[in-house]
Amino acid sequence: MCLAIPAMITALHDENMGTVNLGGVEREVSLALVDATVGDYVIVHVGIAISKLDEDEAKRTLALFDELGAELDGLDGEAS
Amino acid sequence: MKFIDEYRDSEVIRSLLSQIGEEAVREEGYRLMEFCGGHTHAFYRYGLLPLLPERVTMVHGPGCPVCVLPISRIDAAVALAAKDDVIFCSYGDMLRVPGSDGKSLLKAKASGADVRMIYSPLDAMKLAEQNPDCQVVFFAVGFETTAPATALALKQAAERKAPNFTVFCNHVLTPPAMRAILDDGSLEGSMDGGADGSTVHGIVGPGHVSAIIGSSAYRFVAEENHIPLVISGFEPVDLLESILMLVRQINEENAAIINGYSRVVKDEGNPQAIALMDEVFDLRGSFEWRGFGMLPDSAQKLSSKFADYDAEIRFGVTYGEAHDHKACRCAEVLRGQLEPEGCSVFASVCTPENPLGACMVSSEGACAAAYQYGRHARGDQ
Amino acid sequence: MSRKLDLEQGFVDISFGAGGMASAQLTREIFAPEFSNPILNRMEDGAVIDMPKGRLVVSTDSHVISPIFFPGGDIGSLAIHGSVNDVAMMGAKPLHMSIGFIIEEGIPFSTLKRIAVSIGEAAREAGVSIVAADTKVVKKGEADQIYITSTCFGVVSDEVSIGADRAKAGDRVIVSGSIGDHGAAIMASREELSLTSSLKSDSQSLHDLVAAMLASGIDIHVMRDPTRGGLATSLNEIATTSGVGIEIDERAIPVHEGVRAVSELLGLDPLYFACEGRLAAICAGDDAEALLAVMRSHPKGSDAAIIGEVTASSEIPLILRSTFGGSRVVSVLTGDQMPRIC
Repeated sequence: MCLAIPAMITALHDENMGTVNLGGVEREVSLALVDATVGDYVIVHVGIAISKLDEDEAKRTLALFDELGAELDGLDGEAS
Repeated sequence: MKFIDEYRDSEVIRSLLSQIGEEAVREEGYRLMEFCGGHTHAFYRYGLLPLLPERVTMVHGPGCPVCVLPISRIDAAVALAAKDDVIFCSYGDMLRVPGSDGKSLLKAKASGADVRMIYSPLDAMKLAEQNPDCQVVFFAVGFETTAPATALALKQAAERKAPNFTVFCNHVLTPPAMRAILDDGSLEGSMDGGADGSTVHGIVGPGHVSAIIGSSAYRFVAEENHIPLVISGFEPVDLLESILMLVRQINEENAAIINGYSRVVKDEGNPQAIALMDEVFDLRGSFEWRGFGMLPDSAQKLSSKFADYDAEIRFGVTYGEAHDHKACRCAEVLRGQLEPEGCSVFASVCTPENPLGACMVSSEGACAAAYQYGRHARGDQ
Repeated sequence: MSRKLDLEQGFVDISFGAGGMASAQLTREIFAPEFSNPILNRMEDGAVIDMPKGRLVVSTDSHVISPIFFPGGDIGSLAIHGSVNDVAMMGAKPLHMSIGFIIEEGIPFSTLKRIAVSIGEAAREAGVSIVAADTKVVKKGEADQIYITSTCFGVVSDEVSIGADRAKAGDRVIVSGSIGDHGAAIMASREELSLTSSLKSDSQSLHDLVAAMLASGIDIHVMRDPTRGGLATSLNEIATTSGVGIEIDERAIPVHEGVRAVSELLGLDPLYFACEGRLAAICAGDDAEALLAVMRSHPKGSDAAIIGEVTASSEIPLILRSTFGGSRVVSVLTGDQMPRIC
C-alpha cells in the first residue's frame, strides 16, 4: 500500500472535484478531503486527493539531502 | 516529474548508502521491517536490497491488503460476481487472486460474470447510475489509505439515494496488524534481540496510510514495544533516509516515532478523512487475516447509517470454511517468518501465471516482488 | 442483382455471411477499391506473383484489438504495420499481403470503409500490394466488431543473416525511438480509467528504416519489434535464444513523459507496454555508433538510442541498471499489465 503520486491541480469543478495533471495526463479527482487549489500538488490515490503536498517541507528535506551530499564530499574526499 | 524525480537523484542516493554503511556498525546487525507492501515493491523495483550493507536486512511485513484477505472472503466476492444482475467492480489487484479451487474474479469473468476493473470507487457509483437495472457491487479492499475513497462513494450513494449500489467492505487497519506482528512470540520487540535473530529492531512505517491516520497512531510501537519507527515515502531517497534514521535510533538505543515523509504526512493525519471514516465505518469486533487468524478491532464494516449500501446485508453474504492451498505458505511470509525463496513451491509450482496464494499475485506481495525483480537480487553485482 | 451498398447509413447484416454474392459485394464495394492493384484487380481465386531472387519471408498475425479506433491508428493500419514489420525484422523487403476479415453482424459500412481506407493508405506507404482478401460475416456476439488476419510476404537477400540466436557478448542494443507509446496510449484510452491525454500509438511501418540500416552494410545480428509484452519481453526472448545476458541502462531508454505519467499513475512499467512502430537492433559493439547514426538520420529513427549491451552471462536473461547503481531483474511479462492500487 499504496500507489499514490503527486499531481498538480489545474482546474476546480463543482462538488469538490478537480482536474489534476501529471506529465500531460489528466484526470478528474475528488478534492473533498484536502484544502487545495489550482497550482497546488496533491497526492492522488484511487481517484481522490488524500493529502496536499507541503512544498516548503519538500524544499527543506531536499536541502537537507544536498547538505548530506556536501558533508560526505568534504569529510572523506571520496567522489560520491 | 516534480516531487518524484528529485527523490530519485543518484548523487543523494549514493551519499545516503555511504552514510548508512558508515553508521551501521552494530555487531548484531539491523533487522528492519518495511510494513507496507508498496515499500516492499519499491525496494525491489529500485534494486535497493543488494546495495544495502550486509548488516542491514529488510524483513517484509504484511501491509498488503490483497495478501491478507482470507480465501473465504475471496470466495464470497466471486459468488457475488456470479449473481445474475450484478455488475461487480474491483480494483485490478484483486482480479487474479485465487480463492478456493483456484477460482478468481478473472476466471469468473471468463465464465460469464460481469466483472469490471475500475480505478476509483467513484467510478463504481457512476456505473450504478448508468445501469439502473443492475446491482452494482464495489469490492472495497485496502488499508486506511483507500478506505476514505470508499467512504466518499458511500456518502455520494446516500446523498443520491442510489437504489442499486452496495459496497462489499473488506477494509483493514494498520495499527492492529502491526501489534500482531510485534507481539508475536517469535518476533519479540525487545531491543536485546532474540537468540534466533528473528527480532525486528526498527520499522519503516507506511507512508500513505500515515497521511490519513497521522503519526500518533504508532505511539504504542515506541512506548510498548520500544522499537523506533520512521514513516517513509516511496522513492529511493525516502527509503534510504528512513533506514539511516532507524540505524541512528537503534545505535542510540532510542525508540521514537519519526515522520520522515513530512511533505505528505502531517502528525495529525488528515482530519477530514478521519472524520469521514468515523461516520461511514464501524469497527468489526474481529476479522480474519491470512497469516494471523482472527484479530480484534482490526477491520471496518459499514456503520448502521449506511446499512442500505452494505452488500453483506443486501445479499446475505455467508462465509464458508475455506483453506489456503495445501502447499501455500503465505501466512508465514506475511509474518516475516519465511522469505519467498524459502518456500518450497516458490517459482516452481507457484508462479505469477499459476499463483497458489495471494503473495504471488499481488504486485506488492513479497513473493511476486521477489519473483519479478529479485530472484537473483542477492549474490549478483 | 443487388443494390449498391449504402455506405453512409447501412450496416452489415447476416445475409452478407451467406457467402457468394453478398460477401463478394462487401469485398468489391468496400475493400477492393482501397486496395486496388493489378494482381488483386484480376479477382482470381488465387494471386499469381512473380518472385524476385532471394529467400521468401512470411509472417502472419491476427488482430483483435479493442477499441478498433484508437489515438494514432486503428485495427486496419495496425494489421498492415504489424505484418510488414515482422517481415522487415528479418531483414527482408515486404512485398505483398493477404488479409482476412471476420466481421460481426451490425457493424456499419461506414466503419468498414474507414478501416479499408486506413489499410489502403498504410499499404501504399509501406510499398506492399494487397494481393488477396477475404471477408466473412458472423452473427452478432460471435466476434467483437471486426477481427483481421494479415499475412505479409517479403524477400530477403542471401547475404543477410538476421536472427534471434545471433546476439553475442560485447554486442550493443539499440532502440529506434521512445518505447511503450502504443501500449500506454491504449491503456490511457480505456474508458473505465477516465484519463485524458494526448498519448498516441506509435504504429507505423519500419520497412524503410530497415532498408536504410541494411544499405549501410553493417552486420546487424538481431532485429525485433517489441509488440506484445513490450521491450522487456522481446529482449528476454532474444537473450534466451542466443544463450546470453542483456543489461540495459534505465537512463538511456527513451520514454515519453506522458508514457511515464500513465505508468506512474497506474503502477505499470513502460518496459512492458507494446510498441507498434519501434525496433530493437543488436550489432557488434564496434558497429554500434555507426548503426545509431544511420538510424538517427532516418525520420523513423530520429530518437534512436543505444540502451545497453550483451553479456556472456546467461543465468539472468535481462537486467536493468538504475541511475544510481541499483539493478533489478526484468522478467517476461506474465498475463496483461493490470492497473493497481497497491
